[in-house]
Amino acid sequence: MPAQTLEVKNLQLWRGERHVLRGVEFALDCGACLEVAGANGAGKTTLLRAICGLAYPEEGEVLWKGEDVRRNLPAFHSSLTYLGHEPPLKADLSARENLRYWVGVRRRVDADSLDAALERVGAQRWSDRLVRTLSAGQRRRVTLAGLALLAVPLWLLDEPTTHLDADGQQLVGSLIGEQLGRGGMVVAAVHHALPIALRDSRRLELPL
Amino acid sequence: MSSGEGPAVRPGTATFESSASIDRAGPLVAARLALLRDLRLAFRQRGQLVQPLAFFAMVILLFPLAVSPELARLREMAPGVLWVAALLASLLALEFLFRDDAHDGTLEQYALSGHSLTWLLFAKISAHWLLTGLPLALMAPLAGLSLGVPPQALPAIVGSVAVGTAALSLIGSIGAALTLGVKRSGALLSLLTVPLSLPVLIFGARATQLAISGGPLLAPLELLGALAVLGVTLAPLAAAAAVRISLE
Repeated sequence: MPAQTLEVKNLQLWRGERHVLRGVEFALDCGACLEVAGANGAGKTTLLRAICGLAYPEEGEVLWKGEDVRRNLPAFHSSLTYLGHEPPLKADLSARENLRYWVGVRRRVDADSLDAALERVGAQRWSDRLVRTLSAGQRRRVTLAGLALLAVPLWLLDEPTTHLDADGQQLVGSLIGEQLGRGGMVVAAVHHALPIALRDSRRLELPL
Repeated sequence: MSSGEGPAVRPGTATFESSASIDRAGPLVAARLALLRDLRLAFRQRGQLVQPLAFFAMVILLFPLAVSPELARLREMAPGVLWVAALLASLLALEFLFRDDAHDGTLEQYALSGHSLTWLLFAKISAHWLLTGLPLALMAPLAGLSLGVPPQALPAIVGSVAVGTAALSLIGSIGAALTLGVKRSGALLSLLTVPLSLPVLIFGARATQLAISGGPLLAPLELLGALAVLGVTLAPLAAAAAVRISLE
């Protein structure tokens, strides 16, 4: 029985002639956070996508609880959430509707917990406005509410603090803190250090 | 900040395993939400909804002007005109089937939802049919009357258009998914989809022709149904595979 919950072994991925991931390796246990750093184009996003199965590495494997995730992708997917650069929101739905559909597809969510999540990210005043009328930072906050609602053990976050004001960055920090406190795991691609003091946070530097 | 205490697992908090399995949305709930989301979005963006219907109506109404207002001649051409217009109208709507969802990351989230992507795409295709195929079928009687089709043939025409457009939506979903990575994919999408749609056109027009002349139209209707069933079983699978490739 392996001690680590998420293990990434020797990931190799090419994009045409470019060798993007050159043997990336790390292991992460419950309650741990990994910050993936690196210059633009170093493959931070690609690494996150390779972990969750959106990109196919030529070599290497991702182990979840000791088992190759490709053996049972749906089970692995139900334990993770991936947030890319762009918030997965519909411009023509309100913030609340977006959350109801996006989160609802994955788990039961009632109106009260939706309200609580929206309030948590400071969205209660504009939760019924169409997303197209919201600023980039407000959209980011809506996705953070979704992140909290989904309640899955593994978060894969691509630049979670972009577009956010100081208060919003603190929010990201405390959400991540709670996730780790629950025994969850976070892998975040970052340019700046996460706004949170982490005892068990490690950094993975991807070479360009 | 509470988070400063680090990653020690708090006692008493439910483990992820137990809470996840209790709260997980079943496949039916997920499909229903995916379908409702598309319906609600369509009513927010009415332009996209109306465009194929307006196109269908225009083709049908312009035909008598261009050819001849004689009902006898129009009646002869009615099956062909009706089905070509329906095929092109549904082709027009196809481009929007996955486009927006690919752009805003919805497809990505569907692929990572833990549900079968095939199943969620099936829900999306169903919504697409409800928004384009069904309205086309409901408009068919008006179109038929303006082309001189006798009223007793109309129920059969509505039925055949409803089944035929379902087959068209399903077949078209493969092309729509395959062309996701292509900018301005309209022409390519038509090239991919039209050849596969020809059986629907042929059997649909034949059924309509027989409905007008009062002949036995069960055979072409059954073939249309068979095409739709074939589409239900295979098209979402193929579309899901194509979507996965486009996500990479």
